[in-house]
Amino acid sequence: MLYLYNGALEVSTILKEWYEQEAESNYGAYIPFVGTVRDEDEIEGLSFDIYEPILESWFSAWQERAKERGAVIKMAHSRGDVMLHESSYIAAVFSPKRRVALEFIDEFVEDFKASAPIWKYDLKGGKRIYALERSTAIKGSGILGEKS
Amino acid sequence: MVRVEFLGPIQKAPLELEITNLSELATVLQKDNEMSQWLKNCAVAVNDTLVSSLNVDLKDGDRVSLLPPVCGG
Repeated sequence: MLYLYNGALEVSTILKEWYEQEAESNYGAYIPFVGTVRDEDEIEGLSFDIYEPILESWFSAWQERAKERGAVIKMAHSRGDVMLHESSYIAAVFSPKRRVALEFIDEFVEDFKASAPIWKYDLKGGKRIYALERSTAIKGSGILGEKS
Repeated sequence: MVRVEFLGPIQKAPLELEITNLSELATVLQKDNEMSQWLKNCAVAVNDTLVSSLNVDLKDGDRVSLLPPVCGG
Protein backbone atom coordinates (compact mmCIF):
# COMPACT_ATOMS: atom_id res chain seq x y z
CA MET A 1 0.00 0.00 0.00
CA LEU A 2 1.02 3.57 -0.76
CA TYR A 3 0.12 6.33 1.68
CA LEU A 4 0.64 10.05 0.97
CA TYR A 5 0.29 12.69 3.69
CA ASN A 6 0.38 16.47 3.78
CA GLY A 7 3.36 17.49 5.96
CA ALA A 8 5.45 15.35 8.31
CA LEU A 9 4.72 11.67 8.90
CA GLU A 10 3.49 10.44 12.27
CA VAL A 11 6.14 7.75 12.48
CA SER A 12 5.00 5.83 15.53
CA THR A 13 1.36 5.81 14.37
CA ILE A 14 2.22 4.58 10.87
CA LEU A 15 4.61 1.85 12.07
CA LYS A 16 2.02 0.70 14.58
CA GLU A 17 -0.78 0.66 11.97
CA TRP A 18 1.33 -1.35 9.54
CA TYR A 19 2.34 -3.75 12.30
CA GLU A 20 -1.30 -4.27 13.24
CA GLN A 21 -2.38 -4.72 9.58
CA GLU A 22 -0.02 -7.69 9.22
CA ALA A 23 0.04 -9.01 12.78
CA GLU A 24 -1.96 -12.11 11.83
CA SER A 25 -0.48 -12.57 8.33
CA ASN A 26 2.19 -15.05 9.38
CA TYR A 27 5.15 -12.92 8.30
CA GLY A 28 8.31 -13.63 10.27
CA ALA A 29 10.02 -10.33 9.40
CA TYR A 30 8.93 -6.66 9.41
CA ILE A 31 11.74 -4.39 8.25
CA PRO A 32 10.99 -0.65 8.15
CA PHE A 33 13.17 2.16 6.84
CA VAL A 34 12.41 5.59 8.31
CA GLY A 35 13.87 8.68 6.65
CA THR A 36 14.35 11.72 8.90
CA VAL A 37 15.21 15.30 7.90
CA ARG A 38 18.68 16.08 9.25
CA ASP A 39 19.99 19.42 10.50
CA GLU A 40 22.63 20.21 7.85
CA ASP A 41 23.63 22.99 5.44
CA GLU A 42 21.60 25.51 7.50
CA ILE A 43 18.28 24.23 6.13
CA GLU A 44 15.07 24.78 8.11
CA GLY A 45 13.47 21.73 6.53
CA LEU A 46 12.65 20.07 3.22
CA SER A 47 9.66 20.31 0.94
CA PHE A 48 8.31 17.84 -1.62
CA ASP A 49 6.25 17.81 -4.82
CA ILE A 50 4.84 14.46 -5.95
CA TYR A 51 3.44 13.45 -9.33
CA GLU A 52 0.96 10.90 -8.08
CA PRO A 53 -0.18 9.06 -11.28
CA ILE A 54 3.33 7.85 -12.12
CA LEU A 55 4.25 7.28 -8.46
CA GLU A 56 1.23 4.97 -8.20
CA SER A 57 2.17 2.92 -11.28
CA TRP A 58 5.83 2.73 -10.16
CA PHE A 59 4.71 1.52 -6.73
CA SER A 60 2.27 -1.04 -8.21
CA ALA A 61 5.14 -2.63 -10.15
CA TRP A 62 7.07 -2.99 -6.87
CA GLN A 63 4.03 -4.48 -5.16
CA GLU A 64 3.96 -7.14 -7.87
CA ARG A 65 7.67 -7.87 -7.38
CA ALA A 66 7.11 -8.19 -3.63
CA LYS A 67 4.20 -10.56 -4.21
CA GLU A 68 6.37 -12.79 -6.42
CA ARG A 69 8.71 -13.18 -3.45
CA GLY A 70 5.94 -13.83 -0.94
CA ALA A 71 6.40 -10.37 0.58
CA VAL A 72 4.42 -7.16 1.06
CA ILE A 73 5.75 -3.62 0.57
CA LYS A 74 4.28 -0.49 2.17
CA MET A 75 5.35 3.09 1.71
CA ALA A 76 4.43 6.48 3.16
CA HIS A 77 5.64 9.86 1.90
CA SER A 78 5.02 13.52 2.67
CA ARG A 79 3.72 16.22 0.36
CA GLY A 80 4.78 19.79 1.15
CA ASP A 81 6.97 20.93 4.04
CA VAL A 82 8.72 18.69 6.58
CA MET A 83 10.87 20.36 9.23
CA LEU A 84 14.11 19.28 10.94
CA HIS A 85 14.04 15.95 12.77
CA GLU A 86 10.65 15.09 11.30
CA SER A 87 10.10 12.17 8.93
CA SER A 88 9.15 12.48 5.24
CA TYR A 89 9.51 8.85 4.16
CA ILE A 90 8.82 5.39 5.51
CA ALA A 91 9.10 2.13 3.59
CA ALA A 92 8.64 -1.33 5.04
CA VAL A 93 8.73 -4.90 3.86
CA PHE A 94 6.99 -7.86 5.45
CA SER A 95 8.16 -11.33 4.43
CA PRO A 96 8.01 -14.87 5.74
CA LYS A 97 11.76 -14.90 6.46
CA ARG A 98 14.24 -12.10 7.11
CA ARG A 99 16.56 -12.49 4.08
CA VAL A 100 13.93 -11.55 1.48
CA ALA A 101 12.86 -8.49 3.45
CA LEU A 102 16.43 -7.29 4.05
CA GLU A 103 17.34 -7.57 0.38
CA PHE A 104 14.02 -6.21 -0.86
CA ILE A 105 14.06 -3.06 1.27
CA ASP A 106 17.54 -2.24 -0.08
CA GLU A 107 16.50 -2.72 -3.73
CA PHE A 108 13.26 -0.83 -3.21
CA VAL A 109 14.77 2.21 -1.51
CA GLU A 110 17.55 2.47 -4.13
CA ASP A 111 15.04 2.42 -7.00
CA PHE A 112 12.79 4.83 -5.08
CA LYS A 113 15.65 7.34 -4.99
CA ALA A 114 16.38 6.91 -8.71
CA SER A 115 12.87 6.63 -10.16
CA ALA A 116 10.01 7.81 -7.94
CA PRO A 117 8.56 11.07 -9.34
CA ILE A 118 9.14 13.19 -6.25
CA TRP A 119 11.00 16.52 -6.18
CA LYS A 120 12.87 17.79 -3.13
CA TYR A 121 13.43 21.40 -2.14
CA ASP A 122 15.56 22.85 0.68
CA LEU A 123 13.75 25.34 2.91
CA LYS A 124 16.36 27.99 3.56
CA GLY A 125 16.00 31.68 4.50
CA GLY A 126 12.27 31.55 3.74
CA LYS A 127 12.91 30.21 0.21
CA ARG A 128 12.11 26.85 -1.41
CA ILE A 129 15.19 25.82 -3.40
CA TYR A 130 15.13 22.79 -5.75
CA ALA A 131 17.81 20.28 -4.64
CA LEU A 132 19.11 19.69 -8.18
CA GLU A 133 22.60 18.56 -7.15
CA ARG A 134 21.14 15.77 -4.96
CA SER A 135 18.63 14.66 -7.58
CA THR A 136 18.88 11.86 -10.14
CA ALA A 137 17.69 11.99 -13.75
CA ILE A 138 15.14 9.20 -14.33
CA LYS A 139 16.39 6.41 -16.61
CA GLY A 140 15.81 7.38 -20.25
CA SER A 141 15.99 11.15 -19.57
CA GLY A 142 17.28 13.58 -22.16
CA ILE A 143 15.45 12.41 -25.30
CA LEU A 144 13.93 15.85 -25.92
CA GLY A 145 17.42 17.32 -26.14
CA GLU A 146 18.32 15.03 -29.04
CA LYS A 147 18.52 16.54 -32.50
CA SER A 148 15.77 15.04 -34.64
CA MET B 1 -4.24 19.42 -29.49
CA VAL B 2 -1.59 17.82 -27.30
CA ARG B 3 -1.14 19.16 -23.79
CA VAL B 4 2.43 19.43 -22.49
CA GLU B 5 2.92 19.67 -18.72
CA PHE B 6 6.09 20.64 -16.86
CA LEU B 7 6.36 18.91 -13.49
CA GLY B 8 8.09 19.66 -10.21
CA PRO B 9 10.56 22.54 -10.23
CA ILE B 10 10.12 23.57 -13.89
CA GLN B 11 8.36 26.90 -13.57
CA LYS B 12 6.46 26.84 -16.83
CA ALA B 13 2.75 26.91 -17.65
CA PRO B 14 1.34 23.98 -19.68
CA LEU B 15 1.36 24.27 -23.48
CA GLU B 16 -1.33 23.20 -25.95
CA LEU B 17 0.36 22.26 -29.22
CA GLU B 18 -0.68 20.97 -32.65
CA ILE B 19 1.94 18.23 -32.93
CA THR B 20 1.78 14.62 -34.11
CA ASN B 21 4.88 13.08 -32.54
CA LEU B 22 7.55 13.62 -29.88
CA SER B 23 10.18 14.70 -32.43
CA GLU B 24 8.03 17.74 -33.22
CA LEU B 25 7.81 18.51 -29.50
CA ALA B 26 11.62 18.28 -29.25
CA THR B 27 11.93 20.78 -32.10
CA VAL B 28 9.51 23.21 -30.42
CA LEU B 29 11.14 22.97 -26.98
CA GLN B 30 14.71 23.22 -28.33
CA LYS B 31 13.80 26.73 -29.57
CA ASP B 32 12.55 27.72 -26.10
CA ASN B 33 15.32 29.37 -24.06
CA GLU B 34 13.66 28.71 -20.69
CA MET B 35 13.75 24.98 -21.43
CA SER B 36 17.42 24.70 -22.44
CA GLN B 37 18.61 23.69 -18.95
CA TRP B 38 15.91 20.99 -18.64
CA LEU B 39 15.81 19.09 -21.94
CA LYS B 40 19.01 17.12 -21.32
CA ASN B 41 17.89 15.84 -17.90
CA CYS B 42 14.11 15.45 -18.15
CA ALA B 43 12.29 12.15 -18.55
CA VAL B 44 9.18 12.12 -20.75
CA ALA B 45 5.83 10.46 -20.13
CA VAL B 46 2.95 10.15 -22.59
CA ASN B 47 -0.41 9.74 -20.84
CA ASP B 48 1.51 8.92 -17.61
CA THR B 49 3.67 6.17 -19.15
CA LEU B 50 7.41 6.85 -19.41
CA VAL B 51 8.87 6.61 -22.91
CA SER B 52 12.50 6.14 -23.94
CA SER B 53 12.63 7.41 -27.52
CA LEU B 54 11.28 10.24 -29.68
CA ASN B 55 9.71 7.69 -31.99
CA VAL B 56 6.26 8.07 -30.43
CA ASP B 57 3.17 9.28 -32.30
CA LEU B 58 0.80 11.66 -30.57
CA LYS B 59 -2.90 12.16 -31.19
CA ASP B 60 -5.48 14.75 -30.25
CA GLY B 61 -6.07 14.70 -26.48
CA ASP B 62 -2.73 13.11 -25.55
CA ARG B 63 -0.85 14.50 -22.58
CA VAL B 64 2.94 14.71 -22.43
CA SER B 65 4.70 15.29 -19.09
CA LEU B 66 8.29 16.37 -18.53
CA LEU B 67 9.85 15.00 -15.33
CA PRO B 68 13.08 16.65 -14.13
CA PRO B 69 15.62 14.83 -11.87
CA VAL B 70 14.00 13.32 -8.79
CA CYS B 71 14.92 12.99 -5.13
CA GLY B 72 12.33 11.47 -2.85
CA GLY B 73 12.79 10.62 0.80
